[in-house]
Amino acid sequence: MNTIVVGQLQRQFQDYIVSLYQQGYLDNQFTELRKLQDEGSPDFVAEVVSLFFDDCAKVINDMSTSLERPDHVDFKQVDSGVHQLKGSSSSVGARRVKNVCIAFKECCDVQNREGCLRCLQQVDYEYKMLKTKLQDLFNLEQQILQAGGTIPQVSMN
Amino acid sequence: MTREELPNLAESKLTALVVDDNFVNQSIHQKLLARLGITNEVVCNGKEAVDAHCSGRNYDLILMDMDMPIMNGIQATKRLREMGIESKIAGVTTRANEGEKKEFMEAGLNDFQEKPLTISKLLSILHKFDFYVQT
Repeated sequence: MNTIVVGQLQRQFQDYIVSLYQQGYLDNQFTELRKLQDEGSPDFVAEVVSLFFDDCAKVINDMSTSLERPDHVDFKQVDSGVHQLKGSSSSVGARRVKNVCIAFKECCDVQNREGCLRCLQQVDYEYKMLKTKLQDLFNLEQQILQAGGTIPQVSMN
Repeated sequence: MTREELPNLAESKLTALVVDDNFVNQSIHQKLLARLGITNEVVCNGKEAVDAHCSGRNYDLILMDMDMPIMNGIQATKRLREMGIESKIAGVTTRANEGEKKEFMEAGLNDFQEKPLTISKLLSILHKFDFYVQT
């Protein structure tokens, strides 16, 4: 094991994950998720966020269909989708996605189709951005493990 | 609480049922329970929870989501209590305004926690139900 390389990778990992919290992509719930990962389920976090991203894609597609026709918007269906996304984003610590969902719900409540469309676009952007960021994070984890190191526990307190 | 400080309740042989239609939440809640040594199963809505009990299965603890298709958490909780099910039922939901919480509690819950569920919240539920005594 090259301890210098491992050390550099670990520092890179720590700096990157801290930046994700500081930039608002993640909140403390992501920390809680990481605590649940262990030797028995070493890919737990990656698996759960993968479920989340699959959920996002499906729900966003459904909401897009519901918002398509200006004269026939099913706001109940959209609200249901927003609720689902808010719940799952909250559960994985996807802070920006969750915050967009809060604004999205407000647009649904007043049946503001234009507002909903803007929120839909934004939630689509935010989940895809987070997906890319987390993929980079998981890649760093793999590099650390392949170099013979351990993944640092990063405290955000 | 570090991993080393987490209680292991495996000796208590507790069983739990996760009732939630969202796969992300199912996965997390199951993992939380497993981490504490609690054997658990999962169903996707209130009707499946009722059907599980009708087929003779029983659980010490039920984690019940509120918003689910086919049969929601309020309906399922009422139905289980009508059936005489005395398991401890904890409502776990993102809907937390006082009116909705009251309606859910009145359906027959023993406790209510706002999502997202964490180890601390789960331990709070278990402590309230005397499944876990903090030393």
